[in-house]
Amino acid sequence: MLYRESGQFVTSYRADQRVFRLWQERWGLALLLAVAFVMVPFIANDYWFSAILIPFLVLSLAGLGLNLLTGYAGQLSLGSAAFMAVGAFAAYNFHLRIEGMPFLLSFVFGGLAAAGVGVIFGLPSLRIKGFYLLVSTLAAQFFVQWVLTNFSWFSNNSSSGVITAPQLIIAGHDFSTPLGRYLLTLGIVAALTVLALSIVRSALGRNWMAVRDMDTAAAVIGISIARTKLVAFAVSSFFLGIAGSLWAFTYLGTVEPHGFDLTRSFQILFIIIIGGLGSVLGNFLGAAFIVLLPILLSNISNNLLAGAIDPGQLENIQKIIFGALIIFFLIKEPDGLARIWQSLKRRARVWPLRF
Amino acid sequence: MSTISTSRRMNATPLLQLEHISLSFKGVKAITDISFSVNEGEICALIGPNGAGKSSLLNVINGVYQPDQGTICYAGASRHRMRPHDAAVQGIARTFQNIALFKGMSVLDNVLTGRNLHQRSSWVEQAFNVGRAPDEATEQRRKAEQVIEFLRIQPWRHQLVGNLPYGLQKRVELARALAAEPRLLLLDEPMAGMNRQEKDDMSRFILDTQREFGTTIVLIEHDIGVVMNLSQHVVVLDYGKKIGDGTPEQVRVNPDVIAAYLGTTH
Amino acid sequence: MSFFFEVLLGGLLAGVMYSLIAIGFVLIYKASGVFNFAQGSMVLFAALTFVSLLERSVPFWGAFVFTLLIMLVLAWAIERFVLRQLVNRPPITLFMATLGLSYIIEGLAQAVWGAQVHGLDLGVSDEPFELGGMLLSQFDLFAAAVAGTLVVLLSLLFNKTRTGIALRAVADDQLAALAVGIRLHRLWLIVWAVAGVVGLVAGLLWGARLGVQFSLSLIVLKALPVLIIGGFTSIGGAIVGGLIIGASEKLAEVFIGPIIGGGIENWFPYVLAMLFLLVRPAGLFGERAIERV
Repeated sequence: MLYRESGQFVTSYRADQRVFRLWQERWGLALLLAVAFVMVPFIANDYWFSAILIPFLVLSLAGLGLNLLTGYAGQLSLGSAAFMAVGAFAAYNFHLRIEGMPFLLSFVFGGLAAAGVGVIFGLPSLRIKGFYLLVSTLAAQFFVQWVLTNFSWFSNNSSSGVITAPQLIIAGHDFSTPLGRYLLTLGIVAALTVLALSIVRSALGRNWMAVRDMDTAAAVIGISIARTKLVAFAVSSFFLGIAGSLWAFTYLGTVEPHGFDLTRSFQILFIIIIGGLGSVLGNFLGAAFIVLLPILLSNISNNLLAGAIDPGQLENIQKIIFGALIIFFLIKEPDGLARIWQSLKRRARVWPLRF
Repeated sequence: MSTISTSRRMNATPLLQLEHISLSFKGVKAITDISFSVNEGEICALIGPNGAGKSSLLNVINGVYQPDQGTICYAGASRHRMRPHDAAVQGIARTFQNIALFKGMSVLDNVLTGRNLHQRSSWVEQAFNVGRAPDEATEQRRKAEQVIEFLRIQPWRHQLVGNLPYGLQKRVELARALAAEPRLLLLDEPMAGMNRQEKDDMSRFILDTQREFGTTIVLIEHDIGVVMNLSQHVVVLDYGKKIGDGTPEQVRVNPDVIAAYLGTTH
Repeated sequence: MSFFFEVLLGGLLAGVMYSLIAIGFVLIYKASGVFNFAQGSMVLFAALTFVSLLERSVPFWGAFVFTLLIMLVLAWAIERFVLRQLVNRPPITLFMATLGLSYIIEGLAQAVWGAQVHGLDLGVSDEPFELGGMLLSQFDLFAAAVAGTLVVLLSLLFNKTRTGIALRAVADDQLAALAVGIRLHRLWLIVWAVAGVVGLVAGLLWGARLGVQFSLSLIVLKALPVLIIGGFTSIGGAIVGGLIIGASEKLAEVFIGPIIGGGIENWFPYVLAMLFLLVRPAGLFGERAIERV
């Protein structure tokens, strides 16, 4: 009764193809946005904004970016952090070097720069598949980091390549407070999420999934494999690039190339495995998981065990738990947390009956 | 069925001509010097024992394999090699022996991918759902629904194809190929593993396709009964060589064919 | 010119060590179709266990045997709790599982033995000596000899024994191998155990060179280009690939590095591997599969 389509008849294909087909979905989304934009600012404190909500949103966006490439287009990548770095450093330079560049526009240009770099490192995917592609994305990971560290032009000649976010002023409003940074991040992430939903339902998204599921058949029905893969690399890197800019400017404030190392790439990969490959919602669930688990663990250790475990050991335990969770999800729920949400929805649809 | 077999003589422009095609894998000959032609609007059956090179020949026609020698003349243009994408652009669609559907997608989405070449909007328009994309999405949906209705798979349209039974998957694959509105349709064992009822249904769909859309069809089939009823033209392969070519009646009495194929198996 | 050869030879000898890591990958890839990302953490785990035992005054061979046993237990656990649960899953899933595995093993190794750097002395001096006008490292030669011996032993194991034949059958077709009665689980266990042993040897050699520390697990990243160049399924390829990467990386660092700013060792092997892929998409010794549709 809570969630079902009874009584809601679609009368045109257009209505059937809407992103949010049921009123429950539309109202649910409106409610969620209202809570996020209006209610959360009243409830949460600065710690919540800076340490939980902003990283959660940025990592969700990064997961979304990788998921478009890996979950939808089927191209495995271990270089997500490199594309984030390109986005962050490009946005920094656009804003720094072009007089009067609006802040948001420098984000977009940062994303576009990342897309360009993504396409370059996606080129080998035209000849190679599967594990072999890892070499290209790892090349991106190491090469980008090397360039950003070794050529100080990219960080405006600062020591060890550190860049510092300029004042976040958009249309006269200062977004530098934790609340302001939260709202800015939320707005951008929400907009890009809607875009991602539109993409995966479009002909473009279908072509990605076709290439993912069976590339020979996709070629035979006339899908241009090369173009499809490169567009996937471009779009994915665009999302990752914007996530990188947000990571640098609204989350950390200062960042060095090392902040976008291989560990970050793994973290994003873990988000999409835990959250669910080929799902938009899953990235948010996965990111929440990956942000909250360490906090939960350290709270348990501090409060319940009275700090009996030292921080180094805690990190090891965290690593073991993450590894075990990854394997657990791959074995028991390969479609991730998003799948669990789906089955809850199916339950709600027939509730109070079971089937 | 006598009306069908006369149509071969009536409509005699060849749509597809294979000339001296040879193909080998690592020195093993799969196809040796095969030539035949398929007329516009006919159903042509490729038959022959397992390993005769039938599937390889289909793969050569739509560019999955490149022949070592020989030329393919399709719709008046002659070429030595072709890529799958070019073949699709020129109106060649096909189904596969081992179903090659997109398993993670719904029936509807699978059929819609078949409309791919009829998309005019750019990927940017599609991504933002602006410009030509929204109208086009609706138009493609309408066309896809026509095919879905034609093959009577409406009840399953929103299900993942990976979960459907085998016979239905075969039908969805045909739907995806038909959605492309092909001029030449290649069917690789469309009735393999089906029972009598399913075979009859599939035969009916194939005949309807030919009649309603005038599609030229090349199919591989092992069931001789089906082949004789369905096709106007039969080409027989054995060990990569052509041993028979003609109407079902002609092939039925060809002594080489009887010796190599009809007489020994099935 | 002799400086060039000195760099080249030094690179080749370092390449032997890469080969050693890559062989562990090839074994597992052949038997289970997995690109085993955890190979690096297995190397770390083995070396860390060994050196920690030595530090607790366990005699050399005692520590060696005990570490071997630990690696066998680890292989058993991996087979039992991970691989067996993931039979028939796509390779990409298995790969990600080994990624998880590497986190567990690394976390475990450091939780048990600590994160500090341990020195390891195998009793082989690292004094350079001169040969034909070039300076060579005695230790590198020793490492090359050990690696060579290991390769010979492995080749014998996998070419002359029933296990080897079974392995080749499994590499060809898992289902068919099962159908003729090959015990897949036992084979996986053997292969992962052997990979663990190879990991131990590699860990000792690398550890003696660089100190036993976390960065050992990162050599897994260098093995990838080695495998790409050599092909995922060929032990010979792994050796040649390792030599190529070792030599070219050193040459590039010494001769190209200064021109564009140094530190290029990190990414050079990948770019080289990509160039190889453009020419030979299946590697030097890999076979290009015919796609059947």
